[in-house]
Amino acid sequence: MAPPEVHHLFHAPIADHSFSSDRETLAVARENIVEIWSKSNDAKGFRHLDELRGHDKTVTGVDIAPRSGRIVTCSQDRNAYVWEPTGENGAWKPTLVLLRINRAATCVRWSPSETKFAVGSGARTIAVCYFEEENDWWVSKHLKKPLRSTVTSVAWHPNGVLLAAGSTDGHARVFSAFIKGSDARPEPSAWGERLPFNTVCGEYLNPTAGWVHDVAFSPSGNALAFCAHDSSVTVVYPSAPEQPPRAVVSVAAHLLPFTSLLWSSETELLAAGYDCGVYRFAGDESGWRLTGGLEAEAGRGGERKEESALNMFRSMDLKGRGAGSADDTKLSTVHQNTINSLRVFPSSQEAVSQVTTAGVDGRVVVWTL
Amino acid sequence: MSQSLRPYLACVRQTLTAALSLSDFASQTSERHNVPEIEAASSPEVLLNPLTVSRNQEERVLVEPSINSVRVSIRIKQADEIEHILVHKFTRFLTQRAEAFFILRRKPVPGYDISFLITNFHTEDMLKHKLVDFIIQFMEEVDKEISEMKLFLNARARFVAESFLTPFD
Repeated sequence: MAPPEVHHLFHAPIADHSFSSDRETLAVARENIVEIWSKSNDAKGFRHLDELRGHDKTVTGVDIAPRSGRIVTCSQDRNAYVWEPTGENGAWKPTLVLLRINRAATCVRWSPSETKFAVGSGARTIAVCYFEEENDWWVSKHLKKPLRSTVTSVAWHPNGVLLAAGSTDGHARVFSAFIKGSDARPEPSAWGERLPFNTVCGEYLNPTAGWVHDVAFSPSGNALAFCAHDSSVTVVYPSAPEQPPRAVVSVAAHLLPFTSLLWSSETELLAAGYDCGVYRFAGDESGWRLTGGLEAEAGRGGERKEESALNMFRSMDLKGRGAGSADDTKLSTVHQNTINSLRVFPSSQEAVSQVTTAGVDGRVVVWTL
Repeated sequence: MSQSLRPYLACVRQTLTAALSLSDFASQTSERHNVPEIEAASSPEVLLNPLTVSRNQEERVLVEPSINSVRVSIRIKQADEIEHILVHKFTRFLTQRAEAFFILRRKPVPGYDISFLITNFHTEDMLKHKLVDFIIQFMEEVDKEISEMKLFLNARARFVAESFLTPFD
């Protein structure tokens, strides 16, 4: 297994990151700006290309649409912008989105169709935004009903109509975000048959009512996974509309909570979070289990060096500690602080072979599965 | 380190490591604000259950976690009046210089001698495990410091009394 590719961009937290579909451009949220980094030709590193200024509070979400290349960002200043490349010297044109929310926006994701996106917010609302041709702006419709607290994450179903949301009230919910006019009528699935806007297709409570940090639909869309603050990952398999789910499998890990998760296939989940590492879960309807960490699999060659007597005395002299006590300021993991976002590294293939993580330590890491 | 101190500190360390799982969370009650939820206490669902770790009746630690901040309060051992005065003077000295300590709270929680307030901004700027180490080390050192001061004070009192009473000898 290839060792992870580590890019230390800066010394500031990365709230969210997103790669363009050609892997050339990387957008990271750094404080109240969004930085655009591009792959440099000489080495494997990234170089700073541009920054998107417009938000005046911490940017909480950034997402690049894979086909159109448009970037949507949202921030704690209650706004979201859609940035479009103008073509001339790589400049970006921002368009303000009419979110109509009065609290911080917490997360944003493009739908698979790229005609709309969802913004979660602290106003106990999800704004589903779409482009209105006649007025030439992005408008939003609100999903409000059973949400009782801040929305922490949103995820789209592959059909582009269903939307999953995790919230700090301990629930993961599945809504219909069907926009008349822009969406085609979806195929009936286990989640529902008729899906007008704001239909609640599922509502699942974490057993300890811990805050749900992230939600994700499986590649087929027939299962929903969510991770909560009680260090658990729960997978829900729906049976039929209006029916209790076929199976709800919950795995408790003896680790710190996970903040982000993704499906690498129908039978495998990856999760990352406060433990600074990426962990693998495997299973199906009959049960799920934690199978190990990517860190351990990849190995960290060339790290442990033979301690020479000279080095020992030098370390005692300079740092006032013997060779027995190793330098304990550095963690043994690749990330030195919480991982905030875990995303699929875009590729032309269908199967997920690489994932990327970004964390509070300002590192972006590419992992090969 | 004494036999009962080790499990006490180990327990506090585990509790703090888990409690320091903080995230950036903007207030959901006031617009455009980002405040430590444990202090504001405006939304009950983002607060976790407070936890007390106590070694004996005198010494205990209160950990109050929330989604974006943790309040850690320490009750320092005070066996007698002199130790009580010394602890008061010592914590007063520290809290008056709270800016220099970043995570120190200006006022301790009632019933405790010193409080720390760690927010998500602290865990972003500093290493999480080092913050835990700092608090554990503080707890280790403070008892030693107080008993040293007490010995010094007693020695000085004896010396003063001796030299005061010499003329009457």
